[in-house]
Amino acid sequence: MDTSGAVIDRTDQSGLDDVLVLKDLVLRFRGQENDVVDGVSLTVRKGEVLCVVGESGCGKSVTAMALMGLLPKESARISSGNLTIGVDHFDLSKDALPNEMRGNTVAMIFQEPMTSLNPAFRIGDQIGEAVLRHRGGTRAEALARAEEMLTRVGIANPSQRLHEYPHQLSGGMRQRVMIAMALANDPSILIADEPTTALDVTIQAQILDLIRDLRDETGMGTIMITHDLGVVAEIADSVAVMYGGQVVEQGPVAEVFNNPQHPYTIGLMSAMPRLDQPGGRLAIVPGTVPTIANMPEGCRFRSRCAFATPTCASRPALADIADGHAVACHYAPLEDHVAVSA
Amino acid sequence: MTDAATPSTITAATDPVLAAKPENRVWKKFRSHKSALFGGFLVAFFVIIALAAPILPIPDPSATDWGAVRKAPSWDHWMGTDEIGRDVMSRMIWGAQASLLAGVVSVGIAVMLGVPLGIVAGYFGGWTDAIISRCTEAVLAAPFLILAIALAAFLGPSLTNAMIAIGISATPIFIRLTRGQVINIKSEDYVDSARAIGLPTPRILSRYILPNVLPPILVQATLTIATAIIAEASLSFLGLGQQPPAPSWGSMLNTAKNFLNQAPWMAMWPGLSIFFVVLGFNLLGDGLRDALDPREH
Repeated sequence: MDTSGAVIDRTDQSGLDDVLVLKDLVLRFRGQENDVVDGVSLTVRKGEVLCVVGESGCGKSVTAMALMGLLPKESARISSGNLTIGVDHFDLSKDALPNEMRGNTVAMIFQEPMTSLNPAFRIGDQIGEAVLRHRGGTRAEALARAEEMLTRVGIANPSQRLHEYPHQLSGGMRQRVMIAMALANDPSILIADEPTTALDVTIQAQILDLIRDLRDETGMGTIMITHDLGVVAEIADSVAVMYGGQVVEQGPVAEVFNNPQHPYTIGLMSAMPRLDQPGGRLAIVPGTVPTIANMPEGCRFRSRCAFATPTCASRPALADIADGHAVACHYAPLEDHVAVSA
Repeated sequence: MTDAATPSTITAATDPVLAAKPENRVWKKFRSHKSALFGGFLVAFFVIIALAAPILPIPDPSATDWGAVRKAPSWDHWMGTDEIGRDVMSRMIWGAQASLLAGVVSVGIAVMLGVPLGIVAGYFGGWTDAIISRCTEAVLAAPFLILAIALAAFLGPSLTNAMIAIGISATPIFIRLTRGQVINIKSEDYVDSARAIGLPTPRILSRYILPNVLPPILVQATLTIATAIIAEASLSFLGLGQQPPAPSWGSMLNTAKNFLNQAPWMAMWPGLSIFFVVLGFNLLGDGLRDALDPREH
């Protein structure tokens, strides 16, 4: 199973800049026959924002949770997966990210800012908790750091906010607090699991701006999980499109947006409303995502693909078609196969 | 009315911080709950007389007066005297100490045992949960009072042993309640985010799980104090609790039942005391439950 060849090549070219390399993550939930995440490989470079896009249930959040080691052992089993963060290597099938690295080297923010903060503690203490955990020092020092972080994420009146409880803050402010907490220890990687989904559009844009600014400031690598192509267009440097637990297309964002090659990516792009084209019905990708138990053999998209042929019963490898642009489709690049699809 | 003293310019309405403080919100809600306030008043009354017993101008509760046996209430003895001439009011006040102590200490024991076990069972699940839950169910299969009587009889009759027996009998309620709450709370995003900042499990349990399961436990504890007070009175009635001559409402009732026709006041005062203190704790518990209910915020 060589699905990660293309990615490994990229890794080798610019290995020094890679802050996180995940190779061939395979995991399934207990009691299920099929893998929910099947051979996912991701690479994040210093200062890069990688967006992982896909529909609900395509395994994008599970991948993030597995990276952080947050999946409960009793319900999920990781059968393979090599994670390299800086100079540390982990075999995810055996051990998870140690507590010392979580919140320190790798930080995560969640989808629901309304419920991601402990309602029983003041903002300052919660941010301070992350600082105390990894840097030690006194509570006063931790609070000072918390105040500094609140200022950095653009919260007005940080010294007053420190002493407030989460329920006194709006959703956008809470997400800023979450970001402050995640970045308090200057992580080299931020994993953001749909950080803007629960927020309204203006706040969404502010949070994305904030993440981008902080990225520019600190040079952290970011993995952003989203189902919103608008978010991808706004913030991503590179993008990985997931379908049914596999990465089906991957590459620099301009390349993937302008020249989508996988039928699923093409479907997603044409399902997106555009300002520069006349209105009318949006294209749809026919059918729904099969449940994990009903995933077809070979190419997992073939049950919904307009171009599927018997060849698709074998699994296509994720292969480079241009510089850094990899597609998992037997008929990519499409230009070479016009005769087949026509 | 705590707001009355503050100038009108900084009332809760104009100060967002003040308005939203959870303590204020709960207190405000509790204050508007008339029956809860009444319950709180009853509880406060008994707590005060129990604490003030040593300094109140009342006779020694054990001092007998053979000249005043089974006397009806009068100026000398406001609540009458018992079969060996002891002042019923004095015994009732000192008995409040035993009752409240038994209520609070036994519930304290139950909370100390039950909450940690419930947290461990709920958070870790699997075998740990299976073992703790099966044992809990086994204990719950026996009726509360019967179990307390059996344990008290086994430990030997004394107030301390009665409190231990009641505490152990009440533990399963707290294990179950806590376990259920923890199972709810542990899937909250903030527990994941605590793990995502690398906090070790004990810290997550004490800082993220425990504070958030406390409100329903507080309510249950208040209500269980009422049950525990009845249990203590029952054990003392049976001679398994407070030992004579130390006063206790239960043992006072036990003696009084022999003189119901001749000296009904002997039964009336401890009976009324039990009734009102239990009513007080129940109303207080109900009020707390409504005030702490997050759905109604």
